Amino acid sequence: MVTITIEGLRISLGKHPALRGIDASLDGGMLIGIIGPNGAGKSTLARAILGLVKPEQGRVLIDAVETSALPRAKIARTIAYLPQGQTLHWPLDVERLVALGRLPHLAPFSDISSADQAAIDKAIALTDVEALRHRTATELSGGERARVLLARALAVEAPVLIADEPLASLDPGHQLEVMELLRAQAASGTLVIAVLHDLTLAARFCDRILLLNKGEIAADGDPSDVLNAGNLATVYGVRAWLGQADGAPVVIPLSRNP
Amino acid sequence: MPRALLLGLLLACCAAAVLLSIGIGTAPLSFSRMAAALTGDGDPVARIILFDLRMPRALLGLSVGAMLGVAGAALQGYLRNPLAEPSVVGVSNAAALGAVIALYFGFAALHPAILPVMAVIGAFAALGALFLLSGASESPLTLILAGIAIATLAGAGISLTLNLSPNPFAAMEIATWLLGSLEDRSFNHVLIALPCIAAGVALLLWNGRALDALTLGEDGAQALGVDLGQMRLRLMLGVACGVGGAVAVSGSIGFVGLIVPHIVRPLTDRSPSAVLLPSALGGAALLTFADVLVRLIPTNNELKLGVVTAFLGVPVFLIHLMRERRLW
Repeated sequence: MVTITIEGLRISLGKHPALRGIDASLDGGMLIGIIGPNGAGKSTLARAILGLVKPEQGRVLIDAVETSALPRAKIARTIAYLPQGQTLHWPLDVERLVALGRLPHLAPFSDISSADQAAIDKAIALTDVEALRHRTATELSGGERARVLLARALAVEAPVLIADEPLASLDPGHQLEVMELLRAQAASGTLVIAVLHDLTLAARFCDRILLLNKGEIAADGDPSDVLNAGNLATVYGVRAWLGQADGAPVVIPLSRNP
Repeated sequence: MPRALLLGLLLACCAAAVLLSIGIGTAPLSFSRMAAALTGDGDPVARIILFDLRMPRALLGLSVGAMLGVAGAALQGYLRNPLAEPSVVGVSNAAALGAVIALYFGFAALHPAILPVMAVIGAFAALGALFLLSGASESPLTLILAGIAIATLAGAGISLTLNLSPNPFAAMEIATWLLGSLEDRSFNHVLIALPCIAAGVALLLWNGRALDALTLGEDGAQALGVDLGQMRLRLMLGVACGVGGAVAVSGSIGFVGLIVPHIVRPLTDRSPSAVLLPSALGGAALLTFADVLVRLIPTNNELKLGVVTAFLGVPVFLIHLMRERRLW
């Protein structure tokens, strides 16, 4: 299992400080939710772990090796990434799109092997997009496309999966399905890091939650500890109803802070 | 369409285009005389026509067409814009400016190799300027902006030479060269163009997978292990070297790089890598056919290749427009 360690990470986007000193150790086998209001630095943290933005200070280590010292292909085999949004520039078939997940594993000028094909088929089955396999990905609905893009990330079969808002544009049934899928991935040893906005789903499914606020970690720990009235009031600026259902926390925002 | 079938068909088109290209010309040459010349017997006149006039022309048609086709496909993939073509990075205009300078100052008359060599120098000067202007940024937008700046500057330079031409004949010589042609080319031209084009095609084909990954955007591609900086370097080098070599021997031939990827894309799985090689073969066949057409259409002066390709470009876009509007 892989451990990602973040040490004193500070990042500015232009002149705007996006992360102001993040320290965390993230272990394989866990589903870790990153939550926080818009602009808190969630996506920047996800991109920084992948080495897509250069830190001003601090560093990110994958199993004690600094990411800046690792070749891009090695990071690509270690961390699968589902970026925010549904960027798709060419009208590829779903299967061809999912197959892009195998790029980090292909030797130069070699074709898809049977192992690659098995990974593609597995990812398609896990995300329930078998019926869409031969459809054009750009012609799918938002929710279908979200699942296909998740399949693309799963096809990498990396020990770490970072999903930036994997629930966007999904209906409640598919939201639950994706969260169950992410939890199952974590249970099989993968380190799953998911940027989420739905606090109840984060609370129900995540093993640990990092609550970001203005580029800093406001709280880090067990969902029921992190999602308390005080944190919701100071970080999100909302008054919320906090309850329990099926033994897991339920969070319903009721009004903005007076 | 299965890839092997598509490549086979395109290869057959190339072969047919070459046969037509070496079979048709101003001097009549019967099939038997041509066959004899090919096998090494034949009369010397037939051999000169075949080997010194028609073969170089056919070879240049294939290689220039292949280069323009693959450059268009690679740039469309990289910029994720179906309207991209080799001229957007300014290299074709800069190569043309190099050639025009050779014509304007009369260097071109000193030795037949001077004009193409100056065109290649123009292309590499544009490449240097592209690096300086677009910097190490990984955004395609900076490349387009720098390319447009260079293309505009080179275009202005070309207009200036036409403006300041000492006499109408000099201006006419430049304008005619700019229209693009493969007429009266020799093996010297092949020797200048072919290495540039071979290097260019190889560099661009190498980018296939990285272009596919870019379907997911820049972050998505980098997360799949693509080094965007290296990819951009290969792409710019490939386009500058190959298109520079192509323009050097053929003049400005537009639309091939733009339309060929559009013709072959629907026959592939539409991923950028799958379009590259078919675009090279399609470009080779299209330009060689267009060069045959130039010789077949009866006009007072020989039609220029760039004019024919421009006419061919229009229906391709009308068909796409009609499909987009679901009229057809």
